Amino acid sequence: MVTDMLQNFKQSIVVSLWFVFLTFPLMVVRVNTMNQEVIWRWMNMVWVAIGAFVLSYLWRYMLSRQQMRKQVADEGGEIRSRMQILLEDMSFRYRAMGFILLAALVFPLVFDTYQSTIMISALIYVVLGLGLNITVGLAGLLDLGYVAFFGVGAYSYALLNHHFDLGFWVTLPIGGIIGCLFGIVLGFPILRLRGDYLAIVTLGFGMIFKVVMENWDGLSFGPSGIANIDRPNFFGMDLSLANSTIYIYYIMIALVIFTILVTNRLKNSRIGRAWIAMREDEIACVAMGIDIARTKLSAYALGAFWAGMVGVLFASKTTFINPASFTFMESAIILSIVVLGGMGSILGVIIGAFFLILLPEYMRAFSEYRMLAFGAAMVLMMIFRPQGIISNLRQTYEYKGSKEKIDNG
Amino acid sequence: MEYFLELFFGGLTRGSIYALIALGYTMVYGIIQLINFAHGEIYMIGAFVALIVAGVCTIYGLSGVSILILAGVIAVIYACAYGYTLEKVAYRPLRGAPRLSPLISAIGMSIFLQNYVLLAQTSDFLPFPRLIPDFAFMEPVAHIIGSPELVILITTVITMILLTLLIKKTKVGKAMRATQQDMNMARLVGVNVDRIISLTFIIGSALAAIGGVLVASYIGQVNFYIGFLAGVKAFTAAVLGGIGSIPGAVFGGLVLGWAESFAAGYISSDYEDVFTFGLLVIILILRPAGILGKVRKQKV
Repeated sequence: MVTDMLQNFKQSIVVSLWFVFLTFPLMVVRVNTMNQEVIWRWMNMVWVAIGAFVLSYLWRYMLSRQQMRKQVADEGGEIRSRMQILLEDMSFRYRAMGFILLAALVFPLVFDTYQSTIMISALIYVVLGLGLNITVGLAGLLDLGYVAFFGVGAYSYALLNHHFDLGFWVTLPIGGIIGCLFGIVLGFPILRLRGDYLAIVTLGFGMIFKVVMENWDGLSFGPSGIANIDRPNFFGMDLSLANSTIYIYYIMIALVIFTILVTNRLKNSRIGRAWIAMREDEIACVAMGIDIARTKLSAYALGAFWAGMVGVLFASKTTFINPASFTFMESAIILSIVVLGGMGSILGVIIGAFFLILLPEYMRAFSEYRMLAFGAAMVLMMIFRPQGIISNLRQTYEYKGSKEKIDNG
Repeated sequence: MEYFLELFFGGLTRGSIYALIALGYTMVYGIIQLINFAHGEIYMIGAFVALIVAGVCTIYGLSGVSILILAGVIAVIYACAYGYTLEKVAYRPLRGAPRLSPLISAIGMSIFLQNYVLLAQTSDFLPFPRLIPDFAFMEPVAHIIGSPELVILITTVITMILLTLLIKKTKVGKAMRATQQDMNMARLVGVNVDRIISLTFIIGSALAAIGGVLVASYIGQVNFYIGFLAGVKAFTAAVLGGIGSIPGAVFGGLVLGWAESFAAGYISSDYEDVFTFGLLVIILILRPAGILGKVRKQKV
């Protein structure tokens, strides 16, 4: 035991020293070329040393725990967490859903406009996350340019509104359909690609979208963007800012519910099963007679559809859009929502979105560390909990020994 | 004609830098089939470390070529250290995981490193001192190819010759080739595969850092975000040439450099990035294995 502890201690010291060395030039030294002076920030070095020391203990502990879980799983033991068992209880689920729905409905009446605005942006990310969840979580197609579809939706509303005075309600489905079309158009050429190539091409598409929008002044008004986009009107009436925020909030709630219902149905449908099969093994999937081209395209198109719709809503909420809203970082945020929440799991993605959007919003002091934490969280999640916060509950059929009962859960 | 030559050499310079970075991608991909998304960040960190070292040296009164060499060497050492740590922390625990996992981990690492540099240093563009002096003998052709370009070209060629020698002639290189062909078999004949993978990351990072220092002193400014675009473009170059193939990476880098340079020079510089990604998409559709790559049949 003692030698073990000593060993651990030594290891942590080495790790700590290594990270001190690693972060030395960037964390400690700062050159001020204006005044020709070097600022030495020795405190940072101390923090790095302590942090690395503690984290290395944590790292080893987590790794050993994961090893143990794996062992338990191999022996056929229970690996579901308490949370998951609770979630599988149907009556609890219905009660919880009712409560959440009620809370969501009274939210804007209790809190002020500012809170509602924050909530709207969180809900926007919920829908985006659920949309990307179709492509990444269910179909296993890593899409790094997802924000382009969001941008397509936003720009289609902004332009249709600007040139033809089309209203919000008309454009909402149009935005979705245009997003969908873009998904199909971009999906076609990359049908043959898989995995990492696909990721990089979609990343390229995302970048192309932004560059084109920045430079094609005739279409998109360039980097200055489009302003004065109409807010959604209420049966022909224009609303005040506060009321319109509440109105958009309710539209958003409806959209979220609609998205949840549809994606939930999709997940267990024929096509949803095909997506999951494709994610698990493409070749086996072809061998089972599934049309890969159609399955991939539908995943792209449907994923893009939600992004297009919510893009329309985004444009109507902010009343101003420019290409700066559609950078790779947005794609990365949406992706981390899906990854952290749990790929394929609807509840997980929703929780992930709230977590990632609301936390930095309410903890302003830490908001500059937001992306740092996102990046670290993505790595850590992949290593320690690849299934996400809430893992995807797949319908499994279990054989329960003596009673010969087939349990559907 | 002069304009053409200027673009030609501009493209060559640019392309050789892409090739340097692309080599890191290609070597890593060849061995563990992973797009090391954070590779561009290593390049950026290399440039940043060089900037800091150069800044400190200038203030403490060193000058000229000694700074360039010192900054370059320290940048390479640090980039190697970062590359090694990156592999150990973010990729090694994921060996054997589904293919999407290390890719997402790599993206996470890329975001993390970018923001780490952003928070530890600054988000502004920092001026990078001109470390490469203007040679007198380059005077007559300076409007076509300047001294920095010449230095970049020479450095790149030397680096690549060294790399080729390392891979073709040494025992370590042999082990690397064996690992690339068949990891399990390599392990059976006594190759320490883990060490070879670490080494691949280290070599790739060193190349990226050399590229980073050269570019930074050529363009004259550094920012935490430069790695991302350079990384994506270098990856494009690697794919163009056929990922996993070392001559392919060099070839792809040069093709990409020229394509960008000529497209920007003759068509429009606003859409430079669009040309790059357009090229990537076209290549992947027409010839997913790349120009020099071997088509690998997938067996079930």
